[in-house]
Amino acid sequence: MASIDELKKISSQVRRDIVRMVHGVQSGHPGGSLGCTEFFVSMYFEIMKNKAPEFEMNGIDEDLFFLSNGHISPVWYSVLARRGFFGVSELATFRKLNTRLQGHPATHEGLPGIRVASGSLGQGLSVAIGAALTKKLNNDPHLVFSLHGDGELQEGQIWEAAMYAAANKVDNLISTVDVNGQQIDGPVEQVLPEGDLEAKWKAFGWMVFNMNGNDIKDILNIVAEAKSHTGKGKPIVILMKTIMGNGVDFMMHTHKWHGIAPNDQQLATALSQLEETIGDY
Amino acid sequence: MENIISEPIMEKKISYTEKKDTRSGFGAGLLELGRKNRKVVALCADLTGSLKMDAFQKEFPSRFFQCGIAEANMMGIAAGLTIGGMIPFTGTFANFSTGRVYDQIRQSIAYSGKNVKICASHAGLTLGEDGATHQILEDLGMMKMLPGMTVINPCDFNQTKAATIAIADHIGPVYLRFGRPAVPNFTSPEQEFVIGKAITFISGTDVSIFCTGHMVWKAIEASELLADLGISAEIINIHTIKPLDTFSILNSIAKTGCAVSAEEHQLNGGLGDSIAQCISTTHPCPLEMVGVNDTFGESGTPEQLLEKYGLTAKAISEAAIRAIGRKAK
Repeated sequence: MASIDELKKISSQVRRDIVRMVHGVQSGHPGGSLGCTEFFVSMYFEIMKNKAPEFEMNGIDEDLFFLSNGHISPVWYSVLARRGFFGVSELATFRKLNTRLQGHPATHEGLPGIRVASGSLGQGLSVAIGAALTKKLNNDPHLVFSLHGDGELQEGQIWEAAMYAAANKVDNLISTVDVNGQQIDGPVEQVLPEGDLEAKWKAFGWMVFNMNGNDIKDILNIVAEAKSHTGKGKPIVILMKTIMGNGVDFMMHTHKWHGIAPNDQQLATALSQLEETIGDY
Repeated sequence: MENIISEPIMEKKISYTEKKDTRSGFGAGLLELGRKNRKVVALCADLTGSLKMDAFQKEFPSRFFQCGIAEANMMGIAAGLTIGGMIPFTGTFANFSTGRVYDQIRQSIAYSGKNVKICASHAGLTLGEDGATHQILEDLGMMKMLPGMTVINPCDFNQTKAATIAIADHIGPVYLRFGRPAVPNFTSPEQEFVIGKAITFISGTDVSIFCTGHMVWKAIEASELLADLGISAEIINIHTIKPLDTFSILNSIAKTGCAVSAEEHQLNGGLGDSIAQCISTTHPCPLEMVGVNDTFGESGTPEQLLEKYGLTAKAISEAAIRAIGRKAK
C-alpha cells in the first residue's frame, strides 16, 4: 500500500511529465491534466486493481477505467507509464507522428491501458455502463470507473446514460466528474450554467459523493466510501472539485490553459514549482 | 481487412413460394445465435417488435438490453459490452442506426475496433408511409466510409437470417441493413453466407447487373424483360458492399463489357459508387446506375415509391440497354 507521501511524490513527477509533454510538441491540454493528477495517481497506484505491467483488452478479473474527457490524455499517459504499462521514454512521443500516444486516447495504435477511444465528448459513460454490464454477465465482481469533465455534462448522451444506469441498477460503476468549473470558452457558469449538479444526479437516481480532487487523503477516503456502496442497486457518481492547472501557479484558476502549451520560459517556471521525485523521462 | 477473392456461386433455380420481410430474417437469425452462443447479446431502442427482436428478448432476458429512445447511449453501451467478450447486436431503424449516431459509431465502435453488430431495419424508400424522416438513403455511404467497417445489405429473408448468423463469427464492426416490407424469399434456407463473396444468380453475356438488398429481385425481374429482347444479363448479388468482391465484378465485366448497379440508396455514396471506383481504376467500361438521385423520399406505399423514384425492373432493364449501347463498337 502506497503512503500519501509516496503518492504526492508521484503526483509531482506526473505534473512535470504533463508540462514537458505538452511543451515538447507545443500542443495538448495541460489545465485539466494538472487538475486531475492526484486523482489518476490515487486510482492507478492505490485504488484500482490492475495488472500492470500486463494489459489485456477484456480486463477480466480487474477494475476498469474509462476516460471520457479524453483531452486530458497527458495525465493519463504519464500515470500509465509511471505505473509500468509502457516505458516512460515513450512519453516524449506524445502527439508526434507515428506515436501510440495520440492527441486523444485511442486503441488504434495499441497503447496498453486504453480500452476505447475518447475525445469527442459525452460517450464514455455509455461505454463504461456497457463494460459494467459485461462484468455482471461474466460474474466478475470488479468495478468499472469513469472520469468526465463538468463541461462535458452539457452533452446529452451523458444524461441518456445516467438515466439508463439508474433504471437498470448498474451498481458496479463509480463515475467521477471533474468539477473544475472551466471549459474552453470560459467558466462553465458563463458558457452554459449547469445548476445544482448534485441535485441533478440524485434526481436521475444516482448516489452522489463529493470530494476534493486535489487532496489525496480525501480521494482515498471518499472513493473507499463509494466502493462500500457498490452492489446496492444504484450507480455512484463522485463530484470531484479540482483546481484547473493545479500545481503551476500561473496556470491555476483559469480556463486559459485548457488547451495551450507553455513556451520555454513558462516551462522553466512551471518545472521550478514541481519537484523531480522519481526521475524525468 | 483481408482481401477476399472468390469464385462466383451459381444458383440455378430462381423462384419463390412466399414473401417475407427481411427484418424477420434478422429476428430468426438472432434467436438462433442466442441459442448457440451465450456471448451474443442484443440491444434495442424501443423498437423491439419492429426489429423482430422480441423472441430473443423473451428467451434470453438477461442478455437483452432495452435502451429506450436513446440510440447514442445504446451504441456506447454496445461498445462497452465488447470489453469482456460479449458480441452485441444493436437493433433500431436504419436512420437511427447511422445518421443519428454517426459520431458514436465512428469513435466508440469503428475507430476503437469494437466487435459490435449494428443491425438496421426499415432502410430505404420501402419503409413507406412514414416518409422521408425515416427513409434513410445515405446509410450505406456513411457506413462504408468508416475504416474497418463491414457493410452488408442482404436481399431476402433467408439471406438476412444467414447473414445475421455469419456476422457473429466475424471479429470487427459490421453494419447489417435490412427492411420492412414482405418481399420474395427466393434464396436457399440452407445457404452459407460468406461475407464479401458475391453470388451470381443468373449467368449472362451482354451486361452485368450488380444489385443489392430489395433491388436484387427487381434485377431478376429485369433479366426476364431483357431476355424477351434477346439480351443476356448476368445478375450478381453484391450482398456485401464492403469489402467489395472486386474479383467477381471484374470477372463479370470482362465477359459482358458493361454494367448496371441497382440499389435502394442514394447514387451518391452507394453500391454504384463502389463499383464505379472499382472498374474505373482497373477495367473501365460503361456503367449505368439505378438508385435515388440526390433527393429525399416521401410518404407512399413501398411499390408506389419504388415506381416514382425509378427503382423498378423496367428502370433496370432500360439502364442495361443504355449500358449496352455505350459499349465500344
